[in-house]
Amino acid sequence: MIRRIILKTAFAAAFSLTALFSSAVSAADVIKIGAIAPKTGPLAGGTVVTHWPNIDLWVEQVNARGGLNVSGKKMTIELIQYDDKTNPGEHIKLAQRLAEQDKVDFIIAPYGTGFNIASAPVYGRYGYPMIAVSAITDKVYELTERYPNLFFTLGSTTAFVEGVRDILIEQRDAGAIGNEVAMVNVADAFGIELADRARDLFTEAGFKLVYDKSYPLGTPDLSPVMKGAKASGAKAFVAWSYPPDSFGLAEQAIIEDLDVAVYYSAVATSFPAFKGAYGNKINNVLGAGGTNVDDPKVAAYRKAHLDITGKTADYWASANTYASMQILEQSIEGSGSIDREVVTQYIKDNSFDTVMGTLKFENNVSETFWSVGQWQDGVFRGLKGSNVDGAVSVRTKSGWSE
Amino acid sequence: MDIIVSGLLLSGTYALVAMGLNLQYGVARIMNLANGEVLVLGALASFWLYTTDQISPLLTVVLVAPVAFIGNWLIYRFLLTPLVRRSKTQGHLEVDSILATFGMSFILIGIMVSIEGGFFVYKYLSTPISILGSTTSLSRFVAFIIAVLIGGLLYLWMNHTRSGVAVRAVSVGTEASGLVGINVPRVSAFAFALGGAIAAIGGALISTFITLDASIGVVFTLKALIIVIMGGVGDIRGAIVAAVILGVIETTVATLIDPGLTLAAAYLIFLIILLFRPQGLFGRRVL
Repeated sequence: MIRRIILKTAFAAAFSLTALFSSAVSAADVIKIGAIAPKTGPLAGGTVVTHWPNIDLWVEQVNARGGLNVSGKKMTIELIQYDDKTNPGEHIKLAQRLAEQDKVDFIIAPYGTGFNIASAPVYGRYGYPMIAVSAITDKVYELTERYPNLFFTLGSTTAFVEGVRDILIEQRDAGAIGNEVAMVNVADAFGIELADRARDLFTEAGFKLVYDKSYPLGTPDLSPVMKGAKASGAKAFVAWSYPPDSFGLAEQAIIEDLDVAVYYSAVATSFPAFKGAYGNKINNVLGAGGTNVDDPKVAAYRKAHLDITGKTADYWASANTYASMQILEQSIEGSGSIDREVVTQYIKDNSFDTVMGTLKFENNVSETFWSVGQWQDGVFRGLKGSNVDGAVSVRTKSGWSE
Repeated sequence: MDIIVSGLLLSGTYALVAMGLNLQYGVARIMNLANGEVLVLGALASFWLYTTDQISPLLTVVLVAPVAFIGNWLIYRFLLTPLVRRSKTQGHLEVDSILATFGMSFILIGIMVSIEGGFFVYKYLSTPISILGSTTSLSRFVAFIIAVLIGGLLYLWMNHTRSGVAVRAVSVGTEASGLVGINVPRVSAFAFALGGAIAAIGGALISTFITLDASIGVVFTLKALIIVIMGGVGDIRGAIVAAVILGVIETTVATLIDPGLTLAAAYLIFLIILLFRPQGLFGRRVL
C-alpha cells in the first residue's frame, strides 16, 4: 500500500501534485454515465432525432443545476458516448468497455428493439439498470423475467396493432372505410412481427387484407408497392414501415394520389422532418406514437429540447426517452445511492414524475405510452394510447393536396 | 406499361449510380469503395443547399459536378497515385485500392454525419406526371433524362473522340497504351475524377426522390458494383444495359410476384450472368 502511494506520488510529480489532488477531488463528485447507440449506419437517422438529443438535453440540464443530489452530495454527470455503427457485435464490445475500462456508474439503454434485446445479457451481467425506450416487442414479460434489470416503457407489438385496429373499426362503423385493408411491411424483424400480429387481429375484427406484401429495407423504388395498394381499391392503407421507407411511401402515395380515408405508416411518421418535407399534404396521416402538446409539461420539455439541442423533438419516443432519464435521475436521487442494485430496486418499487406523467413499473413494464397519433394541422397528436391524457379524435384523410 | 415505365425510370437511377464506378474501376483501375459516399455527398450538398437557401437541386448538379471533379482528381493525385506507383500487378492495386478507399469511406461518413446526422428529407419536383398512362414523379423522370444524357455523352465521347479512345485504350491495357504515347497517369486521373463527378451528380438527383442519410453510401456502392460487374468492367454500354436489366427485372418482380423478392431476383440475375459470362455482358475475357 505504502509502496503504491510512493509510486503514485512519483508519477504525479512528473505532472504536478495539485493536478492529482484536484482530479482526485473531482472524480468523487462525478457520476459517469455511458451511452452507446448508432451515430452511423442504418439506424443513425433515427437516433439523431429521438435518442442523442435527449441525452444531451438531460445531461446539460442536470449539470446546469449543479448535478445529481446523491445523499446531499452534488455529483455532475460525465457522459461517455460511443457509436456502435448500428452493429450489435460492436455494441456488445463497447458495452464491455463501458463497464470494464470506463467503469461507468450507469448506462442509458440502447436504441432499437434488436439492440436492447441483444445487449440485455451484457448489461444484466454488470447489474446496470436498463430502462429501454425504443424497443417494442410482445416478449416484454419473457425478457424482463430473464433479465431483472431490464425495463420497458414504450408498449408492446400487440398494443400498437390494437391501436390501429381500433381506428379501423371506428372508421368502418362510421362508414368511411369498408372491410378491405391494404397492408405492407418492411421485411425486417420489426415490420414482420407487427404485420404477423396485424394479420391475426385485423382478420379477427372482420377485415380482409386485399393487399398484403413486404418489401426489403432500403428499397429504392416503392412505386410498385403503392401501385399495387392503389389497385386493390382498399380505403384503408397500413404500412408497418421504418424510416426511410415511411418517407418513400408517403411520397408515392402523393404521386399516385392514393384514395384512402385511413393512411397509416409506422416509424418516423412522427418526425418533424416528415411534416417538413410534405407540408400539409400529409395532414390527417396516421402514424406510430403521439404526444399531447397541450400538456404544459410536454410543452416545456419541447421548448427546452429546441432551445438546448437546436432540434425539434419528435412527436413520439423523444418524450419517452427523456422520461427514461428522468426515472434514472429520480431513482439515483431518491435512493441516495449510486449502487446499481439499490437503484434498480428503487426503480421497481417507486413511481416517477416525468414528462410522460406519472410512470411506474409493474413487473418491469410501464404501461404509459401512446400507440397511434395523427398529423392534425401541423401537429402530430396522440389518438390512442395507454394511461395517457389528451387523446384527440380521429379525422379521415381526404386527398393529398396542400 | 406500368412495369416498363417504372422499370426504365429505376434503371436511370441505377445507371447514375453505376456509370461513375465503371469509369473509376474500368479505366483508373481503382475499386473505389467510397463511390457510394461520394454519391451521398452530392445528395447532402443538394439537400443542404435546398433546405438552407432554396437552391434548386438541378442548379446544385451544375455546382457539384466541378467540385466533385476537382475533389476526386485531388484524391487520385495525392492519395491513390502512390498506390498505383508501388503496385506491381493489377491484383495488387485492386487490393490496395479497396483498403484505401474503404478507409476513405469512413472519413467521408464521419464528415457527413458531422454536417447532418439525420435523414436528408426534402422534396423537389415531386409532382405527379403521367408517362404513357403510368403515373410517376417529375423528379424521377428528370433524373432519368439526365442519366440518358450522361450515358449518351459518355458513349459518344468514348467512341468518337480522340481523348475518349485514349480512355478506352487505358481500360484495355495500361501498359500497351503507355507504349503508344498515351499519358496513362493523366487519363486515369481524369477518368477517376469524371467518375466521381458523375457519382456526385447522381447523388444530387437521386436525393430528390429517395430519402438518404449519411451512412447509406454502401448500399449504392454495392448496387454499382453489381451493375459494373454484370455489364462488364470498363464498358459504358455494359453499365447501361445492366442497369436497365436490373431496373426492369426488379420492377417486374415487385409488381407481378412480390416486392419482397426484388433483392433476391437482382442477385439471381447477377449469379446467372456470372455463371455464364463471368467477364460481364460487354466485358472482354482477360487473358
